Amino acid sequence: MTQTLHSDAKTERIIADFPILGRPTSRGKRLVYLDSAATSQKPRAVIQALVDYYEQYNANIHRGVYEIAQRATDEYEHARVKVAGFIGANTSEVVWVRNTTEAINLVAYSWGDHNITAGDAILLTELEHHSDLVPWQLLAQRTGAQLRFIPVDARGIHVLDDLDRLLDGCKLLAISHVSNTLGTIAPLETLIPRAHAAGAVVLVDGAQGAPHLPLDVKALDADFYAFSGHKMLGPTGIGCLYGKRELLEAMPPFLSGGDMIRKVEYTRTTFSEPPRRFEAGTSNIADAIAFGVATDYLTALGMPWVREHERALTGYALERLAELEPRGLAIYGPRDPARSSGVISFNFADIHPHDLASILDTEGICIRAGHHCTMPLMEKSGWSATARASFYIYNTEADVDALYEGLEKAARVFQI
Amino acid sequence: MDDFYRDYILDHYRSPRNFGTLEHPDVAAEDVNPLCGDQIRVELKLDDGKISDVRFSGKGCAISQASTSMLLETVKGMKLTDVAQLPKDAVLENVGIGISPTRMKCAMLGLRVLKSAAIGKLADWPDEE
Repeated sequence: MTQTLHSDAKTERIIADFPILGRPTSRGKRLVYLDSAATSQKPRAVIQALVDYYEQYNANIHRGVYEIAQRATDEYEHARVKVAGFIGANTSEVVWVRNTTEAINLVAYSWGDHNITAGDAILLTELEHHSDLVPWQLLAQRTGAQLRFIPVDARGIHVLDDLDRLLDGCKLLAISHVSNTLGTIAPLETLIPRAHAAGAVVLVDGAQGAPHLPLDVKALDADFYAFSGHKMLGPTGIGCLYGKRELLEAMPPFLSGGDMIRKVEYTRTTFSEPPRRFEAGTSNIADAIAFGVATDYLTALGMPWVREHERALTGYALERLAELEPRGLAIYGPRDPARSSGVISFNFADIHPHDLASILDTEGICIRAGHHCTMPLMEKSGWSATARASFYIYNTEADVDALYEGLEKAARVFQI
Repeated sequence: MDDFYRDYILDHYRSPRNFGTLEHPDVAAEDVNPLCGDQIRVELKLDDGKISDVRFSGKGCAISQASTSMLLETVKGMKLTDVAQLPKDAVLENVGIGISPTRMKCAMLGLRVLKSAAIGKLADWPDEE
């Protein structure tokens, strides 16, 4: 725990940067926000970037010749440089999308429809969020491809014993970097080289990875990496698809229309080079710019610090929650914080997670309850729903203690 | 909201009344709350247009399960046409105040399933009314 103690002053400064964390709830409680896996809170600098765009230089991009249009274009493209730098990509390999879901759909349609054929295998894992499952189900239906799944054990850890067989005939491995339900970190350093050796392209669903782990897509050698701004201090409505240059260049447009063309005639069109080929219509300009500011904020903190802060906090939370195990608390997912990333799923005796979340809400504590968009994993594991607490840079041991006390209150209310 | 979880609510949650299935139900309906995954199935036995027996099954939170259990205790002997007209208060009178807006869907799930069973059955026999 020394790491967290050392960083207490730093965390206090971080908390002061988030206006919402200073606002008490309607019941006068301190807001204890433990749902960052759903969406993160936003620092003042990100909110201010949105205001600045709308108050100072609101104009469309890539078109206007006047001053504020030029500034909007510059800031928007500069945000792309920042986000590319944040993940270790070249700027031309970063496509703006609305969110991770859109990024995965873009690949499923644009790359998938032209590269997957009947009899090919698409390899996923049993942990996937619906956004990294349903697009591949639809692709398999369109093409006649077969879906396969890397299994996970009872703690949500990937089981790689059968990997060679699973990769045989596989054209695509699509895998979440971090499980949104259990926090499991995927062994990408092992999986990506083996998938490549088998001839498969690798898409990483980084919705829970990019916000929490130091990331270098080139070192990782991912072919595609998809992530959302709103889970990493940025606004909703903006996300990124990273794709290797040679893959993006060979892909046809996904959505079509304005801003993605080189020349349009009445009956045919020549398209722009990537990334603009995939950015039809007016983008979320302000949100992209503010996303760039969010990556500045994380870079200033240092992603190794972010990872260590969350690892220490997860370790502390696992210790505290374990005190309630004799009273019926069940903790799911990895018990070793080195293998998970700031997410703890649990159930408490016979209290339904929704009732648990309602009782915690009265104490100002925000957790998620339900299937977390991983219904097949819930079904396989025999859980109808779980409660989930997830951590980020602004969470402290005091938040974990508040969760513990909230659970004690729930036990009193439910007479456990 | 925490005031909501009174003793009798917990009692209905842990020991739901009329829980199970009927051997030969005359009508049945089920639904889920897609947001949270709560499920309720209601089965009815009818006698001369009135409910003579009822069972429900399902899973979910204390609010959805206890609300359904308490609601169904009041419907035996009720005419199907009256069931189809049951207002929200039929639930709220049982469970009392204090349900937050986000949990209202949980409280109303059983009523919705019961009414859809009744309305579906009434639509089946428009001439017999």
